[in-house]
Amino acid sequence: MTGLAMLIPLALGMGLIGLGGFFWALKSGQFDDCEGAAARILIDEEGDELP
Amino acid sequence: MTSLATGPSGEALGEGAETVLVVPGMHCAGCMAKVERELASVPGVFSARVNLTARQVTIVHDPVLATPALIEPLGRIGFPAQPRNDEIAPPASAVKPLLAPLAVAGFAAMNVMLLSVSIWSGADGATREIFHWLSALIGVPAIVYSGRVFFSSAWGALKHGRTNMDVPISIGVILATALSLYETATGGHDAWFDGTLMLLLFLLAGRALDASMRDRARAGVDSLLRQAASGALVVTSGGAMEWLAAKDLVPGMLMRVAAGERLAADGAIVTGESRFDNSLLTGESVPVAVGVGGEVHAGTLNLDAPVDVKVTAAGQGTTLAEIARLMGAAGQARSRYVRIADRAARLYAPAVHTLAALSFAGWMIAGAGLHQSLVIAIAVLIITCPCALGLAVPVAQVVACGALMRAGVMVKDGSALERLAAVDRALLDKTGTLTMGRPLPDPAVLDGLSPDEAAVALALASHSAHPLSRALVEALTARGVRAAELADVTEEPGQGVRALWNGAPAALRRPQLATGMAATLDIAGRPAWLIPFGDRLRPEARAALAEIRSLGIEPSILSGDNAAAVADIALATGMAGQAAADPAAKRDAILRLQAAGHNVLMVGDGLNDGPALAAANASIAPGTASDVGRQAADVVFLGESLTAIPCAIRAARRTLTVVRQNFGLAIAYNLIAVPLAIAGLVTPLIAAAAMSLSSLIVIANSLRLASAARGATK
Repeated sequence: MTGLAMLIPLALGMGLIGLGGFFWALKSGQFDDCEGAAARILIDEEGDELP
Repeated sequence: MTSLATGPSGEALGEGAETVLVVPGMHCAGCMAKVERELASVPGVFSARVNLTARQVTIVHDPVLATPALIEPLGRIGFPAQPRNDEIAPPASAVKPLLAPLAVAGFAAMNVMLLSVSIWSGADGATREIFHWLSALIGVPAIVYSGRVFFSSAWGALKHGRTNMDVPISIGVILATALSLYETATGGHDAWFDGTLMLLLFLLAGRALDASMRDRARAGVDSLLRQAASGALVVTSGGAMEWLAAKDLVPGMLMRVAAGERLAADGAIVTGESRFDNSLLTGESVPVAVGVGGEVHAGTLNLDAPVDVKVTAAGQGTTLAEIARLMGAAGQARSRYVRIADRAARLYAPAVHTLAALSFAGWMIAGAGLHQSLVIAIAVLIITCPCALGLAVPVAQVVACGALMRAGVMVKDGSALERLAAVDRALLDKTGTLTMGRPLPDPAVLDGLSPDEAAVALALASHSAHPLSRALVEALTARGVRAAELADVTEEPGQGVRALWNGAPAALRRPQLATGMAATLDIAGRPAWLIPFGDRLRPEARAALAEIRSLGIEPSILSGDNAAAVADIALATGMAGQAAADPAAKRDAILRLQAAGHNVLMVGDGLNDGPALAAANASIAPGTASDVGRQAADVVFLGESLTAIPCAIRAARRTLTVVRQNFGLAIAYNLIAVPLAIAGLVTPLIAAAAMSLSSLIVIANSLRLASAARGATK
């Protein structure tokens, strides 16, 4: 029983952190340009041309 | 970052101003990098960030930097850009409002299911009670939050005295939640939070899929729409030139229209003469010569020489606006259409509710207590809650639309597929739909040119913006011709291009005696070539029409062009045709067929097709169509080939077949599960298992449509 009392809040807390992370990503516009995000990985950033 | 966007002209935002430019030419990572680097190197620009989905770049810059100073460097590296046209507002994303409810439902369903598993495995007494309370704590807020999507839609339908799929969903969810809360509070044996949340999760997933498909198709269509520059170079009283947007033009202004430019307003020619291509407005394919005093219309293309035009009507007064008014009144067939899922719900919802009420009454009469009868009635509602039914339509349509999109056919929404499947008559516009809609050089003559003649022709044509020259450049480049080196190139507007090639004069000019559209290639010391230009049938037009006939659909031509031009195409394709139809006549032709009980498909591209596209039961436009055509059509195909039409119809019919199968599967599932529920044998465990199983079967059956477009394009 004591194990449960610890593990259930722990599991729920971790789930909530994930959910909170998703909400933060949604709010900060990370889903606005999925196509661009997929393409951006291919850009070569040479030298200091890009910050 | 559209949420941060301000006006196109930029607005003060902290230390910098922000400007959003539309750059339709961006397609890949390379383009993004080039645009961002070029803008970052402009002095005064603080940051530039591309949104590839929307084909836009958001620039934060020094407020003193004007928009043209940002557009110019992009033009230099080959990315024509325009300030964002705020009139065509970017469509609200359909999938975004669903993501948060989906995530909450997923989180809650998983955690509640974990707790439920231990209850099903035999947790008892105080443990069960705690787990029920925990489930309620997670479940109730999640159901309220995620269920809003369905509750508000159901409420909207009920308010208007209608019913849709969301009504039985909402009633089932609310009753199940209330019963579970009661059971939890009284220390009962069963709570249904897990099943309720899973139901919401499945339904939201189906809906989010549907919305994301629509978003992607719309993004494609909108990036086409926003390319169109609508405006004109206006000569002000001081003699200065100024670019004004179409909405700012007023009668009395003087527009200077270059060759190859489209008119932004109706007007009369003041100086110069030229020929105008009216095909977008009337369907007429032969250019019309107009001199001083002649009337010209918005939307027509100036072919030969620059002219000055005095604006006589702008904005609401133009022929264009008249067509828009006709379109507004034409969409009746569309608005009367009831989607197949809602038609099913009309039968389904009363049946389910009667069944639940009957089992409640039956158990009461049989002597069971109020509590037990209520539990059984609610179990019936939960087990029949249209989980599989809710997925039956959207999943099939999403899979089919995805397959079509990969084949270059963009479907604007699911109801378009349903309407397309029912079509039994097809009307096709001629110019721009059956034909390419632009002058193309005669391939036989191009074959006859020697390699160095072709090279000279390409080099000469590349120096001109005339539509014929551009068509010639395109055709010769496609044949692998490389341009020859020329010296002393001069272009005389309306006459042609002259230059020196290896010291000898060469010219690509207007023929002295030309009946149709043609150009003369004149190289000193060689015989001159006359290159005729003409509109041509789209590739595979005959094959596509034969396929449409084999689907049981009778195609015919409905064109605004003159009878002779229509007769040529009618002969070549073996179709009957109606010629010289103006926009209202086209719409009336469709209304007549509909009155005779036909479901009409309209395929068209021009402004003049707009009212017909809106009036037809379903409509298709090529990607090269006018803005109005693309906006009014349900389906836009990107390639040149007309085989996209039978491909789309076939995919629509297959989708309908699969949707019917899905309904059949869902009903079969109910036939097995409902008697169990009425008999009072259903526990939360059985409900959860039955619901997931039926949903999975429906999804698996729908996935068979992934090849819907593949088979048809071959």
